[in-house]
Amino acid sequence: MFQTIEELVHIANRQQISISEVMIRTEMETTGRSREEIFSKMAGNLDVMEQAVQRGINEDIKSRSGLSGGDARLLQHYLDSGRSLSGSVLLDAVSKAMATNEVNAAMGIICATPTAGSAGVVPGVLFGLRQKLNPSRKQMVDFLFTAGAFGFVVANNASISGAAGGCQAEVGSATGMAAAAAVELAGGTPEQSAHAMAIALGNMLGLICDPVAGLVEVPCVKRNAIGASSAIVAADMALAGIKSLIPCDEVIEAMYRVGRMMPVALRETALGGLADTKTGRALKKKIFGSDAHASVTEGQ
Amino acid sequence: MKYRSVFDIIGPVMVGPSSSHTAGAAKIGRMARKLLGKIPEHATVTFYGSFAETYKGHGTDVAIVAGLLDFDESNTQLPQSLEIAEKKGMDVSFIVDKETQVEAPNTARVHLSAENTELELVGVSIGGGKIELTEVNGFSISLTGSNPALLVLHYDKYGAVAEVAGLIAKYELNISYMEVSRQEKGRLALMVIQTDEEINEGLAAEIAGLPNILNVAVLS
Repeated sequence: MFQTIEELVHIANRQQISISEVMIRTEMETTGRSREEIFSKMAGNLDVMEQAVQRGINEDIKSRSGLSGGDARLLQHYLDSGRSLSGSVLLDAVSKAMATNEVNAAMGIICATPTAGSAGVVPGVLFGLRQKLNPSRKQMVDFLFTAGAFGFVVANNASISGAAGGCQAEVGSATGMAAAAAVELAGGTPEQSAHAMAIALGNMLGLICDPVAGLVEVPCVKRNAIGASSAIVAADMALAGIKSLIPCDEVIEAMYRVGRMMPVALRETALGGLADTKTGRALKKKIFGSDAHASVTEGQ
Repeated sequence: MKYRSVFDIIGPVMVGPSSSHTAGAAKIGRMARKLLGKIPEHATVTFYGSFAETYKGHGTDVAIVAGLLDFDESNTQLPQSLEIAEKKGMDVSFIVDKETQVEAPNTARVHLSAENTELELVGVSIGGGKIELTEVNGFSISLTGSNPALLVLHYDKYGAVAEVAGLIAKYELNISYMEVSRQEKGRLALMVIQTDEEINEGLAAEIAGLPNILNVAVLS
């Protein structure tokens, strides 16, 4: 059992195994379940992620409030045009992250990674890298175990709840997890995975949770989108040999402490940030009417 | 450790949009349903903290009622729970309490009744779809979700605890923590049992079949 990223990397190096393998063995030990059972459950989660991505980029998704839906498809069309500035790998990942969050906002089925509001980043990065790296199904499932191992440390030592720690705890954590897993998928070392996570999460410290009208839509969908792009960039930086001067565990601790300092208005209560702008307030009024607690159906 | 499985991080598979406000709420509702042991006729749900501020947008009300219908968080009928509950004759009311100070941001109190039985519990959604229970039928409990747990509502009779412990041993599970509370001698009592290993539904069903046992719920 590992409690820090340092221990996780140490176990992987000492036993000459990947981070994903450390996570699988730890899961077998703590739950008493077999390797096959654990692997097949994760493979099932991968299927759910793939279906959500496919729905988001192929179907006409619209949330009940009307605040989100359709942007993943817009990006896919733009990608097809060949005019993209940031390149096809990055933009495909961004589009697939958005696809997941749009399906989530429309009350579709998704796999929380680590939460529903931040569910787009990890599958976005994984399916975005698929064409470039051509991974086997097993490697794709292993990607999720690696992402899970890094997220596990964040969840236990800090927080993955926007209400407790702001968006840095949700999309920030997801971005770090995806960056670390992308490094392993691309053939990097456990240390490089840890640096990628530290770079990615360090970049998101202080990010607030400010959902317009309290809905997991604006800015959540776009924060996942750009989180996916950050994850790939952070992975590339770590693979190039760039190190985070602040060790990953200390970045996680800093994230936790920043979350504790964050005022409650910036932690999922929809009382600050983008939620408390002129347009944000107007959208809330439009959706819920003058009584902010009227239901969506009554408001329409 | 609050989270013990990789599937707490990569998971759950669920109906959107929020793991804490939708999936966690569905789990709180389902725990209450399991402990009541049948479909409630009346349900009163009180939302506190962030639940009180944003429950409508996240479908927290819809999710908690889905739990009361015994739907899990990945049930595709979850978004229609209010209509389904109405068709089944369940009378549901919601109270938004922004005044009471609660320790955790996402807290709900659920009061259920059916025929002659009542149940009340307080649940907290801690993020990523995980929940904690702080109160059942007036008993203060501390179920942090750090270990798998069994909640057993039973009559306060001799042998009840021994029989439950015996079955747990038969399934080769190790009890890491156990507490028994009762309202008054000979009446209703509650066992809260945490184990090191996962608890399967077979064990829960066998415990439910014992004499003096009312209802059993598993928190995994």
